Amino acid sequence: MATRHSRAAARMMMAPAVVLLLGWMLVPLTMTLWFSFRRYLPMRGGDLGWAGFDNYVRFVTSSTFWPSIQATLIIVGGVLVVTVVLGVLLALLLDQPLWGQGIVRILVIAPFFVMPTVSALVWKNMFMDPVNGLFAHLWRFFGAEPVAWMSEASLQSIIMIVSWQWLPFATLILLTAIQSLDREQLEAAEMDGAGPLSRFAHIILPHLSRAVTVVILIQTIFLLSVFAEIFVTTQGSFGTRTLTYLIYQRVLESQNVGLGSAGGVYAIILANIVAIFLMRIVGKNLDA
Amino acid sequence: MGRIVLEQVTKRFGDVEVIPPLDLTIEDGEFAVFVGPSGCGKSTLLRLIAGLEDVTAGRILIDDADATNMPPARRRLAMVFQSYALYPHMSVRRNIAFPLRMAGMDKAEIERRVQAAAAALNLTDYLDRRPGQLSGGQRQRVAIGRAIVREPTAFLFDEPLSNLDAALRVGMRLEISEMHKRLRTTMIYVTHDQVEAMTMADKIVVLHAGRIEQAGSPLDLYRTPRNRFVAGFIGSPRMNLIEGEEAARHGAHAIGVRPEDITLSREEGGGIWSGVVGVAEHLGSDTFVHVHETGLAETLTVRVSGETPCTHGDRVWLTPREEAIHRFDAAGMRIE
Repeated sequence: MATRHSRAAARMMMAPAVVLLLGWMLVPLTMTLWFSFRRYLPMRGGDLGWAGFDNYVRFVTSSTFWPSIQATLIIVGGVLVVTVVLGVLLALLLDQPLWGQGIVRILVIAPFFVMPTVSALVWKNMFMDPVNGLFAHLWRFFGAEPVAWMSEASLQSIIMIVSWQWLPFATLILLTAIQSLDREQLEAAEMDGAGPLSRFAHIILPHLSRAVTVVILIQTIFLLSVFAEIFVTTQGSFGTRTLTYLIYQRVLESQNVGLGSAGGVYAIILANIVAIFLMRIVGKNLDA
Repeated sequence: MGRIVLEQVTKRFGDVEVIPPLDLTIEDGEFAVFVGPSGCGKSTLLRLIAGLEDVTAGRILIDDADATNMPPARRRLAMVFQSYALYPHMSVRRNIAFPLRMAGMDKAEIERRVQAAAAALNLTDYLDRRPGQLSGGQRQRVAIGRAIVREPTAFLFDEPLSNLDAALRVGMRLEISEMHKRLRTTMIYVTHDQVEAMTMADKIVVLHAGRIEQAGSPLDLYRTPRNRFVAGFIGSPRMNLIEGEEAARHGAHAIGVRPEDITLSREEGGGIWSGVVGVAEHLGSDTFVHVHETGLAETLTVRVSGETPCTHGDRVWLTPREEAIHRFDAAGMRIE
């Protein structure tokens, strides 16, 4: 495995994949960087030359920038809280021996297989529609005024939809973690006089910390770029314009590729700040 | 106090009866060892006493109080697990303090008890380490420390030494024995190793398929095994069991002779049985000679004190000590 010869061979064999992946990443990145310094308006004259840092300044000084960062963080944070809390509870439940366990587990995982666009449409039209949605019927059944989810509770609605999609992922990772817990530890804690709540707090939760870390890291990376759910529901209105959506609007709705690209560079920076930040708080969990 | 009485205790998993109705009394301060081959139900029996499994029928009395349906924490028993079951995210100090914290004891008293336990177990220097940073023997000590700080009515040990290497096992065996002499607390110890059973126990309980084959002091079991199973299980090397004509000559279905009750001679006609040496294991203090082709059993094992110049292929002559022959009937029970 570690002879000089085999290492050289390994490098040769991996080279095509590495080159391909590098190209895949570097070409769009370079193009984004390039466009972000150009005045590029495809419908209004095309590439109009060098723009310096104008695009960057305009993007952050726009009144929509900070609200979009706020919306992004609220959605990411909200979904993380909901999926981790419910994920732990669901994992605990699924770990119990219950009848029809196999089917229940498949059902729990099912939402993960539904495409984001489809699930958002289903939620929007079947559940959250203020006239014909299931929730509206439910509200009326109890004599309450139906909620116009998409306009009155837009951020909450999107958090709900996205959480529904990501809950299976969190549950699955946390379930495997719970299953890897040494039963003798729980029995020892039981003999030591720890009740169910103490056992959860002192034994199960610390054991899950690493899995929770993994869930948070992976989900954050994907949640920062949530797009389809917003596109098919609120179209960025009612305070749901995230950074990703703002970039999309700049490029495609305002037809300003330069400005959008500058926004893209900010998104890269934001993602990296969040990633470093997360790595630092939770990184020591992964070392242990 | 720590008198544990099992009355007609039965355990079934579905249709499988793991432990048929069983009676057993463990006196206060006694060191009882449950021993038997794997799958004999000894661990299950211990877990029934601990309360980690529910009994199917029967009663468990701890200090004359019915504990059959008591939750484990209220039985005031402490258990040391085979895997030690230490809490990996807690320091040694917090591991040992855990049962006391759960009992809501005040901080100063907890610290005092943890220090005392750590001092008794040579763990003082390791109190701030995590279990992952300790060796097997040290982890074992932490597990014992966690058990003794509670001052339980009885200790339960579930094969606590089986994960240690041989040298450490002997050391820990002595430490646990000494701890028992010092604390005088009832201890129940489960093992499949009959050497541990012989050396540590006040009372050995030999289990086989969930039944108690025999219970008694180590030497009782060694000198007068009640049946063939106990005869074959207690003692190392194992007792030689011989069936057929030779047994019939003694008026039994089978006879048993312990390796040390056979004398070995290298002179022609120097004994009533003869055979060929297969392997001679030289331990220095003793030599175990495995003899084949005796026409009595596959192998006869003979223990010779000190050195003996036997090697593979030598023909030897054997003489059993007549008064040390154990006789068993067709059902395997001892004939007096």
